[in-house]
Amino acid sequence: MANRNFLGPSGVVLGKGEFWALTLAGFSLFFGTWALVAWAGWLPANLLPSPLAVWDTLVRLWQQPFAGHVYADHLLASIQRFLMGWALAVGIGIPLGLLMGWYRILDEIVTPLFDSIRFVAPLAWVPLAALWFGTGIGGPLLIIFVGSFAPCVISAYRGARLVEPRLVEAAQTMGASGRQVMQHVLVPGAMPSIISGLRVSAGLGWQSLVGSELIVVGAGLGYLMVQGQGNLATNIVIAGMIGIGIVGFAIDVVLRGIEAWFKRRWGQA
Amino acid sequence: MVGVATVASALALWWLATSGLRLLNPLRLPAPHEVWTALRQIMGSGYAGATLWEHALHSLGLVARGFLVAVVTGVPLGLLMGWSRRAEALINPIFLLLRPIPALAWIPLAIVWFGLGDTGKVFVIWLTAFVPSVINSFTGVRNVDTVLIAAARTQGASTAQVLRHVVIPGSMPMIFTGLRLSLQASWTTLVAAELVGAFFGLGRVLNIAGQDIFPGMILVGMAAVAICGAGSTWLLGRLERRVLNWRAAV
Repeated sequence: MANRNFLGPSGVVLGKGEFWALTLAGFSLFFGTWALVAWAGWLPANLLPSPLAVWDTLVRLWQQPFAGHVYADHLLASIQRFLMGWALAVGIGIPLGLLMGWYRILDEIVTPLFDSIRFVAPLAWVPLAALWFGTGIGGPLLIIFVGSFAPCVISAYRGARLVEPRLVEAAQTMGASGRQVMQHVLVPGAMPSIISGLRVSAGLGWQSLVGSELIVVGAGLGYLMVQGQGNLATNIVIAGMIGIGIVGFAIDVVLRGIEAWFKRRWGQA
Repeated sequence: MVGVATVASALALWWLATSGLRLLNPLRLPAPHEVWTALRQIMGSGYAGATLWEHALHSLGLVARGFLVAVVTGVPLGLLMGWSRRAEALINPIFLLLRPIPALAWIPLAIVWFGLGDTGKVFVIWLTAFVPSVINSFTGVRNVDTVLIAAARTQGASTAQVLRHVVIPGSMPMIFTGLRLSLQASWTTLVAAELVGAFFGLGRVLNIAGQDIFPGMILVGMAAVAICGAGSTWLLGRLERRVLNWRAAV
């Protein structure tokens, strides 16, 4: 099995040693090219700082405030804003999707409305969000909400539709109340789909957060980057991108962990 | 039937809340006739430096360019990584590093590198669509049934023939899934990039309308973004049906 894992469709068998050597080469290629271009002076340092310069900037931003706060505060501001917007999308989207999956009439009412605004790119809500809720906390929250809402609704809806009607009927025949059916049959049945929807929506929500911070707020990683860009400080811009990448990665890892935990608990999904 | 009724009643509610009963401040939500006025203004004399057609065509052109470059560069790379474990081992680290960074986060860097003109926008759209193109082509190749490849081999097919007749057609459905996702994402990126700074385009319309506190024009801009996004997705769907028409026969 392990061996088959290293067999590509081309039929070439790749040994573990060769795999790691190539992976290492890939990482070195990336950082090597970057460092080479920066150090050789092919691009001016204010366009592309070297990897070490970016690292120094990160260390410095950790201690000295830039754009009003130290790095950790920007990071926390972004994470907090993301969690609030995403929680709102999950809290409204999942129940709505489940209800749409169970009650045909709700499905028929909501789906056309949903479809008619689905294609409005989340970031296109920015001016309206600023008008309605200001640029402080409400505006960005609406953007994150809009960005992550659709996958929540769709995954819960699909999950509810995938529950076998026979299971519901069986539970009802055995005298389960409406609440019991919901709690013991429908929600667990829809869970695998919901969990994978959560991952998609968190990714999109994080992305929308970055977009909204580039445009409307006064703290957070996106804001840090915009301020860096305004000062032509590419090292600060890249330092912001690294933070965004790490948090985005961490969110995905956590949700993958939850997904794996659910799979173990409720059998295969 | 219910669908038409709900959309109609939502529109009626909108009219009632804004013009009919004046429940909402027109600076928060414009009345239908204000949106109509804004639409006529931007279609006729123009707004934010151009008419609606010019803004929309400009945005469409940027998305088309960035998206095409991403497909042309991303799909072959993904196919290569899917086909060869060696290429995968070598190239995957770069994706591990770049993939968690959303394309939107590249916008400030793109502005420093390329300024506020078209190049920076094509660059971020390329980034948006490139990663899903690579990943889905890669997954597509890996999902091709190895028995089919072995069968083609046994019958004496060369590597080029296996690629041409088995691997690439087999990964097409997955590739198109990636393209559909990345096309939608491209529009989000473009709007964000144009909101951050641009001379033309639908995002520019939204930006100026936001600054002017012109809610009617904001809604026109949002609707235009939605129509362009839906229209380009529809075009891609037609292309997909043409390319994948063999699937119906299977």
